[in-house]
Amino acid sequence: MSSGTKDHAALSDIFNKDEARVDWHDETLWFVRAKRDKAAHNIPEWESLREAASQIKNNVLSNLHNYLIEFEEQAQKNGVTVHWAADAAEHNQIVHSILKEHGVNRLIKSKSMLTEECHLNEYLKQNEIEVIDTDLGERIVQLAQEPPSHIVLPCIHKKKEEIGELFHEHLGTPEGMADPVFLTAAAREHLRETFLTRKAAITGVNFAVAETGEFVVCTNEGNADMGAHLADVHIACMGIEKIIPKRKNLGVFLRLLTRSATGQPITTYSSHFKKPRPGQQMHLVLVDNGRTTQLSRPDFRNSLKCIRCAACMNTCPVYRRSGGHSYHTAVAGPIGSILAPNLDMKEYSDLPFASTLCGSCSNVCPVKINIHEQLYKWRQVIVKEGYADPTKKLAMKAMEFTLSSPFVYKNAGKVGRWFMKHAPFTVNNKLNLWYQHREMPEVPKESFEEWYKKNKKND
Amino acid sequence: MTSRAQILAKVLKNQPDTRPLPADLLTVFPAADPVQAFATVLTTIGGNFVEVSDYQAIQKYVLEHFGGQRIVSTLPELVAVSEQGWEHQDPHSYANVDLAVISAHFGVAENAALWITEDLMHQRAVPFICQQLAVVLSKKEIVQTMHDAYLKIGTADYGFGSFIAGPSKTADIEQSLVLGAHGPKGMTVFVMD
Repeated sequence: MSSGTKDHAALSDIFNKDEARVDWHDETLWFVRAKRDKAAHNIPEWESLREAASQIKNNVLSNLHNYLIEFEEQAQKNGVTVHWAADAAEHNQIVHSILKEHGVNRLIKSKSMLTEECHLNEYLKQNEIEVIDTDLGERIVQLAQEPPSHIVLPCIHKKKEEIGELFHEHLGTPEGMADPVFLTAAAREHLRETFLTRKAAITGVNFAVAETGEFVVCTNEGNADMGAHLADVHIACMGIEKIIPKRKNLGVFLRLLTRSATGQPITTYSSHFKKPRPGQQMHLVLVDNGRTTQLSRPDFRNSLKCIRCAACMNTCPVYRRSGGHSYHTAVAGPIGSILAPNLDMKEYSDLPFASTLCGSCSNVCPVKINIHEQLYKWRQVIVKEGYADPTKKLAMKAMEFTLSSPFVYKNAGKVGRWFMKHAPFTVNNKLNLWYQHREMPEVPKESFEEWYKKNKKND
Repeated sequence: MTSRAQILAKVLKNQPDTRPLPADLLTVFPAADPVQAFATVLTTIGGNFVEVSDYQAIQKYVLEHFGGQRIVSTLPELVAVSEQGWEHQDPHSYANVDLAVISAHFGVAENAALWITEDLMHQRAVPFICQQLAVVLSKKEIVQTMHDAYLKIGTADYGFGSFIAGPSKTADIEQSLVLGAHGPKGMTVFVMD
């Protein structure tokens, strides 16, 4: 997923070819967003919860150094081995070395967007280690050899008929079978067999508590638990920003997380891992991979408060109509568009422009990240640093030239109106980026200045 | 410099000025009848709420619904209807457990989650690997919200603990809700006085 030629607008064009699918994608996600609203409105103190979560996260970012040390010390006391990884490559090497040490070449993994960010699956595959994703949605996209298109609903872009085809090919379900209950049962059989035969399990981390050294993993399927409790080795991978100060702070975040994500009152399983079970090894990898850089940017550090609920994606009119894959990054949508340029400003320079700046993302964010403001700020940084789209740059230059001279401005308006009226094909064509997505306006007879001069009363 | 030292140095250099933690939140809108609220939410998330007078009633229910199947329980009161000496087997051996009956420390009215720690499971895998899960809960042990829940947990020590709310589920295929993704296909909560 890393080639500098990818661009959100071009990738959306591919998704937009199938208009019926776009409508379906849009409606499905809006349905999830509506469930979020209902859940939020059932909690009269919702706004105080959001405020508390935001303040706790502000405290975390301002004291992260000490919290990380405290967390490490407590986790070690609990019998957990703690590793530190400066970047994705080191993270992958650490995981690999633990597996090598135990002679493991087949493992299971529950959902972790961090390992997606680090491209762990590809790395392990190159090292001849088989990884099976156990979240149903992730398993489906894995069989399809695609990345997840959404952080909570990884295969939201797939129709059940397509999933039926994949299962027919890989799991031997009957051809043409597309019933979700039947397909889920088939996946259950396949994955239970996998759980019972793998000696190592990788999980992500939703929250890590500095005070106690425990970490919490939330799933609806129970796949993280099935994996971790059956494996001899449990490796948990987390970004350093997942720390929270105290165990009791979990009360705030667990109330917000799933209500914001899917409208549920809580995930089915909110599991608190503190110590390895007797005879088991528990490893925890703390990963930076650009997070300390984002921490250094006052305008963007708020993005590190994200708890990965995906409410911003579900509400985003651009995400819903362009699909997760058009963002060409592990975390798609509005939040991904402010996280990705931190990782690589050139490669992801298109993403902050993939927004209407309507502010809906900021309105639903449970930790009050000013997402749309950060998208706007990234645009300015990207243009200043010279990473803007060349056609956009050219248009801005032309605009600068026109607007900086009253003579040019006046005459450009005149010329423009003449062409649009008498030779519309010179404007209504493919070369005009504006016309590609919008109808051109009706041409006014005169400019405001001309109108004003004519109608001005001489008083 | 090790990665640890490097990361910590960068964090220290880049972190903003200290911001205080907010005051703890408390339950501000308590449910008038927490047991009823718990029952309603549990049913909505696919669980089964069963009020019982005593362990006799649980035994009867278990025999009626799960008679002849592999039943394990951590409750001494249920020895008559469950397997003996199962506690120290390899976790994989519970894959064919049809019903596991365990108890919970407490339940939470706002989301029907049950707080269960390792000591109540005997084996961490049990509540996840069984085909059906049943949990015994005392009516008095239902708190209002997650704030009360963590107040109750306090500084308790445990190796592993989980809030379990209903049966294992997924909606990954076109948002159709299906119970029994990997773990229990059903969850019954026996509520006693």
